[in-house]
Amino acid sequence: MLMGLYNYWIVVILMMIGLYIVIAHGNLIKKIVGLNIFQTSVFILYISIAKIDGDTAPILTEGVNHYSNPLPHVLILTAIVVCIATTALGLALAVRIKEAYGSAEEEDIQKKDNKEC
Amino acid sequence: MKDLFAVVMLSGIYSLLSACFFVAMNAVDVAITEASVGACISTLLMLTAITMTGNCKKRDYHKPLTALLVVSVTGGLLIYGTLDMPYFGSAEAPAHVHVAPRYINDSFQETGVVNMVTAILASYRAFDTLGEVVVIFTAGIGVLALISASPTAREDATSGAANHSMHEQHLSLRITTKMLLPFIMLFAFYVQFHGDFGPGGGFQAGVIFSAAIVLYSMLFGLRTARRVINQTFTKLFAAFGILLYGSTGLISLQNGGRFLDYNFFLNDPIAGQHLGILLIELGVGCTVASTMIIIIFSFTGRLEDLQNRKNGQA
Repeated sequence: MLMGLYNYWIVVILMMIGLYIVIAHGNLIKKIVGLNIFQTSVFILYISIAKIDGDTAPILTEGVNHYSNPLPHVLILTAIVVCIATTALGLALAVRIKEAYGSAEEEDIQKKDNKEC
Repeated sequence: MKDLFAVVMLSGIYSLLSACFFVAMNAVDVAITEASVGACISTLLMLTAITMTGNCKKRDYHKPLTALLVVSVTGGLLIYGTLDMPYFGSAEAPAHVHVAPRYINDSFQETGVVNMVTAILASYRAFDTLGEVVVIFTAGIGVLALISASPTAREDATSGAANHSMHEQHLSLRITTKMLLPFIMLFAFYVQFHGDFGPGGGFQAGVIFSAAIVLYSMLFGLRTARRVINQTFTKLFAAFGILLYGSTGLISLQNGGRFLDYNFFLNDPIAGQHLGILLIELGVGCTVASTMIIIIFSFTGRLEDLQNRKNGQA
């Protein structure tokens, strides 16, 4: 019976992979990739909630009574575009940090900051 | 993995796979967006970024055991939390009983739009979408403020020559692109204006249109792309999209309705809804397309500046 929950488990696994990358990797670009994976897992969570067995895409068609839930689709559609905009902002920050510190590694940046204090 | 290039390419493939997953889950609108955003624009942005920050990374992990502990505890708790969740695909889940039936059953009578996703996006939750468009616009401004390319370096003619010869090499690629470009742009406009009847809308159209521009600037060089698309014009266009969106709301206020209530646009509420949704989607499309183009241009412009500076020193 528990197998009916497998969509959530996939989401949790993906989310934890993203979280692990964010925590354990020092490179700023890799951290952003990790955040992206985290975000995609949230998208998959929403879209899998919208799915009902035996439904079709939420576009009115004759002779079809069952549609997926359109509301999560709307939320995620906008979230994807916002996600790329914020990712671009994060990458821009990483590029500026690299220019200012000469490195995109977290530890190097920390070391330089400590030296200046 | 030590090679960031491989990481970026893998994340592009991952995005494409998740787009396929969205199609399998019947979320066609979402899949179009994810395919063009994830597989095209974000991959290119990351590639440009790693060229600037350096490809290889030195240390692989720091404190991996603590991280693993934190991650597994959080994951375990989350999985424990899912035990009370409704089963996958069940029709009685709480998500399907609250407002969703109203959207599914009444949206056609109330808005006259066949695609429910468009109806909700542009009519029921229009205020929400306005906020999201403003977020995208703000992110575009942020990128411009952080890494806007300096105009003096752009005029430097000598450094462009090396870049130019690189773009001249891939002849077959360039010819194929030239043939494909009009179709991509036409498809973007189709997605934009057909959003009422099929999958599509302003967000998808904006992203596809900017993907076409990205392809062009990738193969023909930023200099040529800048000649085709004026940057000042793009910035104005991004602001114009939000202005169009906001003033659509103000017009409905003026006609005696609430903000973004299109029933008061014309005498016929359904026609009013159609007009309102069209205008809103147009505003969204303008802003998204030009913001993406601004972001890509400022990234690649910064890259060229850096290369110019290096050439100047050498």
